[in-house]
Amino acid sequence: MSKAGWIRLVVLVAFFGAVEALCRTGAISPKLIIAPSAMLGAMVKLLASGEMGDDIRQTLLSVAIAMGLSIVGGFGLGCVLYWLPPLRRAVDPFLAAYYSLPHFAFYPLLIVIFGLGALPLIVLATLFAMVAMTMATLTGLDRIPRVLIKTARMQRLSLPAEIWHIRLPAAAPHLFSGLKLAVTYSFIGVIAGEFILSTSGLGHQIAFAYDNFDNPTMYGLILFVLCIAIVFNLLVFAYERRLARQRGL
Amino acid sequence: MTAVRTLRGPLLLTASLLVAWQLLHQWAGDTALTAPLPTLEHLWTMIGQKRFVPHVTETGLAFLQALAIAWIAGVGVGVLLGGHRLSGEVAEPILVGLYSLPKITLYPVILLLFGLGMPAKVAFGALHGIIPVVLFTMSAVRNVNRTYLRAGRSMRLTPMQMAWRILIPATLPEIFSGLRIGFSLTLLGTMLGELFASQRGLGFLLMTAIDLNDVATILAIAVLISLFAVVANTILLAIDRRLRRGSAA
Repeated sequence: MSKAGWIRLVVLVAFFGAVEALCRTGAISPKLIIAPSAMLGAMVKLLASGEMGDDIRQTLLSVAIAMGLSIVGGFGLGCVLYWLPPLRRAVDPFLAAYYSLPHFAFYPLLIVIFGLGALPLIVLATLFAMVAMTMATLTGLDRIPRVLIKTARMQRLSLPAEIWHIRLPAAAPHLFSGLKLAVTYSFIGVIAGEFILSTSGLGHQIAFAYDNFDNPTMYGLILFVLCIAIVFNLLVFAYERRLARQRGL
Repeated sequence: MTAVRTLRGPLLLTASLLVAWQLLHQWAGDTALTAPLPTLEHLWTMIGQKRFVPHVTETGLAFLQALAIAWIAGVGVGVLLGGHRLSGEVAEPILVGLYSLPKITLYPVILLLFGLGMPAKVAFGALHGIIPVVLFTMSAVRNVNRTYLRAGRSMRLTPMQMAWRILIPATLPEIFSGLRIGFSLTLLGTMLGELFASQRGLGFLLMTAIDLNDVATILAIAVLISLFAVVANTILLAIDRRLRRGSAA
């Protein structure tokens, strides 16, 4: 590991160690933050007891569906906009302002259209996450070096071969950053929706535990959600690294 | 003539959004979605009402404070991390990791630390906005062309002249992109914070309207916030483009 990597590890360990020590000695009240080790214990206990099983399944399933839809849909939309510059010029300001729109205001409308339950949340999260993927796709396609495309012409590649061998690999780094954002935004969409406007799911359980001053449950669940998000990001990151190494970067 | 051409796209988009809204209204009915014109009339009467103003002020103040923290602290930390290579290398992966976490899960923690009310909203908004500002500033400072610095030193510029004549012009375009993204995310964070456990502000009005199924108010507030977001974003984007063009020339 590099020098920076070691220092980073030390910084992180020191941070969590300090929080742990402050909590254990009572300098931070357990009404505010419980010790990291206690969070971990609470998470393991919650998962082992299985009482959150249904909520976990529901939330993860919703996130997975929203993620899949937004990645495929966002990529498709990005390609369409790339091939149709006039449409793209018209939509550009909308895309740029998209993430400051109050998406959750449209939730009641989605309930009327899609009924109660998980479906409106999935639609909300998909709408929320898709545009990040679209913008990343556009950036990726825009930044393909001209040289590569000229090389493809010289080799007389067919259009599918050009897309598969040249365009997609060249755009891949941006596609991956879009992918990571789409994952995060799917989580935010589903969990924020559950927080505010739902009667089941992990987000609802976190909010419920907060309302009942049940800090162990709340922190256990928060840690669980963060762990899933981190594991997912690390997987994408590892794959990205492997691709980069294959190309000798 | 150029004004007509640059305005044509956005105008067409606005028009098609309005038409889509009207059609959706015809299909879904008044209980789900009020038509565009009555919604705007409702917004107008709401703005005229005395009890509406404090909510707007509350949200506006929360947003402005969060934005000030995110921008000023973000640029400050970014300059420090960019200037000192090792700390930058240590911090960057941690920051990127934090950036890709679904921060909404941390909102109950913020509420416990800052209590209900204004400080929690400000903290949550700033938390969303600060990381992109730091990341962009850091990369801008790190990528300043060394030749400029050497030229400045050989001309014996004072530190003030160095900052004013070289560092600021060289880093401003990229830092401004960070500020623009930070703006959108701070607005998102502040709004999310207001939707959950809040007693004042536009987010609170929105939640009350959702509970009462007061569709006209929901849409009126959504339109108000969207208008603000789109207008602010368009202005920031225009400045951003101008700065970039200036730096390329």
